[in-house]
Amino acid sequence: MRLFKDAKYSFMAGRRRAYIASAVLIGIGIASIALHGGLEYGVDFTGGTLVQVEFNEQMNAADLRSVVEEAGFAGAAIQSFGGEREYLIRLQTFEEIAGQGEVERVLDALSAAFGEDGYTVQRVEAVGPKVGSELQRKAVLAILMSFVLTLIYLAFRFEWRFGVAAVVATIHDILITFGFISLVGIEITLGTVAAILTIVGYSLNDTIVVFDRIRENLRKKRKEPYETTLNRSINETLPRTVLTSGTTLVTLLALFLFGGSVIRPFAMVLILGVLIGTYSSIFVASPALLEIEEYGRRRAKAQRAHAAGA
Amino acid sequence: MFSTVRARIILIAVLLLFCGWALLPKEGPTGERESALKLGLDLQGGMHLAVEIDDPDGSLDAAAKADAIARTLTTIRNRINEFGVREPTIQRVGAERIVVELAGIDDPERAKSIVERTAFLEFKIVRAGEEFRRALPRIDRIIVREIGAENLEAVPILEPETPAGLPELLQGADSANAEQDADAAADTATSGAGPDTATSGAGPDTAATGAGPDTTTAETGEQELRPLTALLLESGQVGQFLVSEQDIPTAERYLALEAVRDAIPRGSELKWGVEPIAGGADSYRTLYVLEDEPLLTGEDLADAGPAARDPTFNQPYVPFETTRRGARKFERGTSRHVGDLMAIVLDNKVQSAPVIRQTLGRRAQIEMGTGSSLQEAQDLALVLRAGALPQPIRIVEERSVGPSLGADSVRQGKFAFAIGIIAVLVLMVAYYRVAGVMAVIALGVFVVLLLGGLAGLGATLTLPGIAGIILSIGMAVDANVLIFERIREELEDGKTPRTAVDTGFEAALSAIVDANLTTLITAIILFQFGTGPVRGFAVTLVIGILASFFTAIYVTRTLFMIYLDRRAAGAPINI
Repeated sequence: MRLFKDAKYSFMAGRRRAYIASAVLIGIGIASIALHGGLEYGVDFTGGTLVQVEFNEQMNAADLRSVVEEAGFAGAAIQSFGGEREYLIRLQTFEEIAGQGEVERVLDALSAAFGEDGYTVQRVEAVGPKVGSELQRKAVLAILMSFVLTLIYLAFRFEWRFGVAAVVATIHDILITFGFISLVGIEITLGTVAAILTIVGYSLNDTIVVFDRIRENLRKKRKEPYETTLNRSINETLPRTVLTSGTTLVTLLALFLFGGSVIRPFAMVLILGVLIGTYSSIFVASPALLEIEEYGRRRAKAQRAHAAGA
Repeated sequence: MFSTVRARIILIAVLLLFCGWALLPKEGPTGERESALKLGLDLQGGMHLAVEIDDPDGSLDAAAKADAIARTLTTIRNRINEFGVREPTIQRVGAERIVVELAGIDDPERAKSIVERTAFLEFKIVRAGEEFRRALPRIDRIIVREIGAENLEAVPILEPETPAGLPELLQGADSANAEQDADAAADTATSGAGPDTATSGAGPDTAATGAGPDTTTAETGEQELRPLTALLLESGQVGQFLVSEQDIPTAERYLALEAVRDAIPRGSELKWGVEPIAGGADSYRTLYVLEDEPLLTGEDLADAGPAARDPTFNQPYVPFETTRRGARKFERGTSRHVGDLMAIVLDNKVQSAPVIRQTLGRRAQIEMGTGSSLQEAQDLALVLRAGALPQPIRIVEERSVGPSLGADSVRQGKFAFAIGIIAVLVLMVAYYRVAGVMAVIALGVFVVLLLGGLAGLGATLTLPGIAGIILSIGMAVDANVLIFERIREELEDGKTPRTAVDTGFEAALSAIVDANLTTLITAIILFQFGTGPVRGFAVTLVIGILASFFTAIYVTRTLFMIYLDRRAAGAPINI
């Protein structure tokens, strides 16, 4: 079987449309984030308490809410988690009152209302504000560091232009991913940040394969415009791009469908990331390279004109 | 190196055998066979706790803190060893934090209380309390001065049934009268026409002098405001007061005042009882007046337990044995106080206050309240044996996963893994035919290397780690795809199969190296940044990248060599 044999799409000609598409996607994302009043951070970053409980019998969310509220947690968020028996109880706070933490007090209230054996605690995540802000700082640092290091690596292995173009594409991917996260209502947790960093890795991977081919074709020194070289390189690597995205997507789809509810948001972010990463290596990274090249050429021309005039 | 096919096959076989061996179930320390892949807390269920020294006012300097952390680490280790958890992780992270990871425990809340408890034990004599009673009016005045009379309104002033001691009652009657006077004075003041003003005429100046009598009434008012006394009910027991549960926060606020602490008679201190006492519809706590010097502390204990239940009173107790030095101290202390009450104070709360019937020596027991369970008594014995924490600690992070959720995750992860592999297999064989089969064989080798590598390095498999494995299966074929596509291109350019394969591998190499290295960079950053599960994800990514690099370049190349050798000379290759 052979897909995209001798493909000759002129990707660069359509780059303006791709810019608009990207701008619209990013715009929708930013609008969603703005409308939601910022991104929704999980307890990992804000500090707070999350308790996932499974009841032996079907449980009404309103009943559960009233029990939790009576225990003194008026601001608690109750969320059904894959069924009528399983719930997430989310509290903004993490503190000890009279030697009892939030978790103990919530569980005491549940035991009093539904019996000690009426439920099972599936998961507890309680993070103090200090740890939360530490994790926040670390996450931002990790994302920035991955930028800087890959930029350095690419500048070293290729040219600085390639590095800049790759980082532009990566930022593009991250912006769209954050927008999507906000739109779908996924919380930002440690897992989400890991997924985003993985997307950064995947998107770079994809971009580099195209860039590697561009570099190779540039070395052949054909008498052709830069744009043509870019188009040729993308077309030549197109079968690989599609096939690798395909195999990665089917595995992620398996993870999304069968991996269970805890991993599902993580898989969802990765699926979107692979799609965006593939799109961006063709429609963002390579055009960015072209724009940088043309900008350099225009400047050189202007300088020559300036020199000639002087 | 290893340029001959035979040598390559041997190398691959050795690696496979090694990884396969690493994956075999091993005899665990308990004798049972365990899976070689160590499962993370999120997969086998368990608890992760991060604790720090509780030092809200920053009174500890760095050296004291470091010392406290080191001693806390040892104590927590001892306690967990006594508690009996398989392969616990108890380690210091950074300068100020201790991380405790306990796998496969079924009662995380209990484990938490064992870690968290300071377990600072003291035996103190209960004072008669007369001295404290005498100091009460002064303490009340101090509270009024510190907090301000206007802020005390929530507290009911002078309930008639309050301090029921005879002198207090008399005084209470007095102050009730005085209060009426004060109210009257206040009324006149608000009406704006005090008797003084009436006689000496109106005017701003006179208004100022008119403040004179107001001040005096305020003073008498101050005497009548009895914020603390109003909260204390007589218990009928020596040196013990009762405070209604709802008043406890208020009482604690008063007692926390610096000036109030200074006003408590020398040698005495106040401690709350641990058990609520039901009285009618209300529930009360005991406030004990204790000698501040303990007769004995937990440091003097040599052993504690096993806990048992007193058959007559149905009350659990923990027998203990003191050290030789402790025994002398205890004898000396208790011999002077036969007939007095001795409070057993654990973490600043009075557990119980039994009567000293005779001089106590080496052996004695801690009586827990009737509301305690035998398990609580056993846990107390455990923490007493392991020793007290040098400073109270505070939990800054708690994560736990129930065993059933973890088992679900493993089952679902395995299933997703199988489906993912089958899907990739179908895609590759459909697309590349014979070469696709080679890629699939390489993928099989990849999976064994990845899992064997994880097991061999003793890495922990976490839920995001499973996701990482599944993701890396999708990505592992990337290198093969790059190579195969390149070979196809070379064949189209009219090269012979052998040269096409050689050039294909060489030309694809730079892209494979660059792509893998950048992913490796992000994986290493993830490792640095992450804790627990995320770290597990990073580890699988790193091993996955290395394994896929090896299988794509080396294993597939070997398979191609075999394929090229076996094919009839000049026949086309199926790619």
